[in-house]
Amino acid sequence: MPSSDGPILDAVGLQRSFGTLRVLRGLDVRVRAGEALVIVGPNGAGKTTLLRLLAGLARPSAGEIRVLGRRVEPSAPDARRPIGFVAHQSMLYDDLTVRENVALAARLYGAPDPGDAARRALEAVGLAGHGEERPTRLSRGLLQRASIARALVHEPHLLLLDEPFTGLDAPAAERLRALLGARLSAGLALVLVTHHLDEAWELASRVAVLAAGRWALDEPRAGDLTQFLPRYHALANA
Amino acid sequence: MTAAALPTPSLERAHAVMRRGRVISAVALLGIAGVYVMALGFTPIEARQGLAQKIFYLHVPAAWSALLAFSLVGIVSALYLWLHDPRLDLFAASSAEVGLVFAAVMLTTGPIWAKPIWGTWWTWDARLTLTLFLFFLFVGYLSLRTAVHDRHERARFSAVVGIMGMILVPFVHLSVYLFRTLHPQPIVLKPSAPSLPSEMLRTLLVSTLMFTLLYIGLVTLRYGIGLAADAREERDAA
Amino acid sequence: MREAIRLALVVAAKDVKAELRSKTALLSATVFGALVLVIFNFARDPTALSSTDLAPSALWVTFAFAAMIAMNRAFTVEREHGAFDGLLLAPVPRGALFAGKLLANLAFVGVVEAVALPLFVLFFNLDLSRALGGIVGTAILATIGFVAVGTVFGAMVVRTRFAELLLPVLLLPFMVPPLVGAVQVTSRLLADRPLSEMLGWLRILAAYDVVFVTVAALVFSSVVDE
Repeated sequence: MPSSDGPILDAVGLQRSFGTLRVLRGLDVRVRAGEALVIVGPNGAGKTTLLRLLAGLARPSAGEIRVLGRRVEPSAPDARRPIGFVAHQSMLYDDLTVRENVALAARLYGAPDPGDAARRALEAVGLAGHGEERPTRLSRGLLQRASIARALVHEPHLLLLDEPFTGLDAPAAERLRALLGARLSAGLALVLVTHHLDEAWELASRVAVLAAGRWALDEPRAGDLTQFLPRYHALANA
Repeated sequence: MTAAALPTPSLERAHAVMRRGRVISAVALLGIAGVYVMALGFTPIEARQGLAQKIFYLHVPAAWSALLAFSLVGIVSALYLWLHDPRLDLFAASSAEVGLVFAAVMLTTGPIWAKPIWGTWWTWDARLTLTLFLFFLFVGYLSLRTAVHDRHERARFSAVVGIMGMILVPFVHLSVYLFRTLHPQPIVLKPSAPSLPSEMLRTLLVSTLMFTLLYIGLVTLRYGIGLAADAREERDAA
Repeated sequence: MREAIRLALVVAAKDVKAELRSKTALLSATVFGALVLVIFNFARDPTALSSTDLAPSALWVTFAFAAMIAMNRAFTVEREHGAFDGLLLAPVPRGALFAGKLLANLAFVGVVEAVALPLFVLFFNLDLSRALGGIVGTAILATIGFVAVGTVFGAMVVRTRFAELLLPVLLLPFMVPPLVGAVQVTSRLLADRPLSEMLGWLRILAAYDVVFVTVAALVFSSVVDE
């Protein structure tokens, strides 16, 4: 078992290549309980690839990923148990209702009472009234919350989010920040990839810039966004 | 297990492999021309079949090369899933393309011989049908390759088809064999006394050797072309 | 092991529930099966060929084509909205995932075959009172193996641009041994031949099932895991 102050996520030397194209060129990622790492970077920097590796959906070409001390890889199903993932796509089935989708996730994670777990997860994201609807009927904001309920239903220790603010209006984004903020204070570790640094800035404990498959920067959030942005643009365009 | 990163092939090395492939293929083709000088000038004419039997020196070795190509695709595919070495994938792809050509030669020479001898272009003879299936499996294997863009995915998928195809072959053989077969029975490798006259046997064995050499030459050439494509892609990416 | 069985059933139940909601694939596959049977009847010269002679092949060609349509659906539903990633992400062993998708596929192909069989009896004026049990048994034996192969190939082709074309091209060669065996057994059943004449073919069918279910389960993780 990991010591109580050990990192939830500990990834070392991650590399990933597609053919001759090297998308990730040796990354270390360490995130502790209650900590939110916000990753920004230009298109094609490898952000989504990194999240898929961390979620155990793809194998790194080199390096290893540990979550709660256990090595994450396709052949180790239980190592993925503490991970929740909100991808760019909703991962919801159109032919099942929102509640059935979330309950399915609960069953896949072996929740003792999937129906109850789904009800609580939907309440937590404020979707209790939309449980019987099909995902296709939901607005972008509600759909985003449904896929967060899906990712949180098994109470993960680590939540990975890929561009969660895309398509959300200002109130919906605010609501998402409040939801994630509450989970952070309850000890969730968070890795959030975004284009919209302004929307994730307040949440961040640390900000990292990914450029051409390497960390151009990884430091605690300090000061305010207007001071950070010029530095970011310099790094991203370098 | 991690997916191995690609070694970076150099264009010079790729060209060297291609040159080697061209030389081996040229030698083999000259050899096959020599086989036909041997077959027409120095091998007795089969009493009942007449000159039509001469196609046998093309048909049987082509079938042998196609089967060799197919078996190697299967074996190398299994190795790929174990070792994840992209060179194995390139070899399997090369072998499948070359095998397709040999299967086509076998399928066209068969009917040309069968028409005068059996009085019909096509029969559902067990071995002819089996080669037809090899041909279809090669076609399926190669169509799948062209339809998948990510090269790791392509390598994994085609390895799976390669392995399953290899396992299918005995089942196809068994099923079609239980239909009555009128193909000339194998008389060469009967351990007692081969009933083929020694001149014919010699010509056949030389031809088989030349076809094996042609297989090696063409696969080497195709492998070199693949290496060159990788090298160019690498150069363009850099 | 018990956990793996539970997860396989969760995955299969999800597929069945979703399909019962939309019914699109199931309906089109059964209607397609019925149409093939009708076409077979008109593609036969009634003065030259009796319907009982054609019956076994008509039945099995229908089963094979309808099964193909039913199997195409298994992974297209997973493709939408990246839903399959949701399954891969969960702590589900790949063997259990394969078993779940295989069970769902078998259920769909089974329904399609169960609808086609009475139509077959009707259209071909057959008296199946004696052979029915045997034909159902043969259908189960012949179907399991190729559906296992189809489950693996389905997971692959859904990630390409030409899924509907590629699945038949890849899968049809694999359907030949079960098809040949099933046709042989069916025609002997219809002719009321003794079991000993079918035993060889039944063994091939059983061997095919064992070999391909095992191989498909083993290679499935190579297909789905990046």
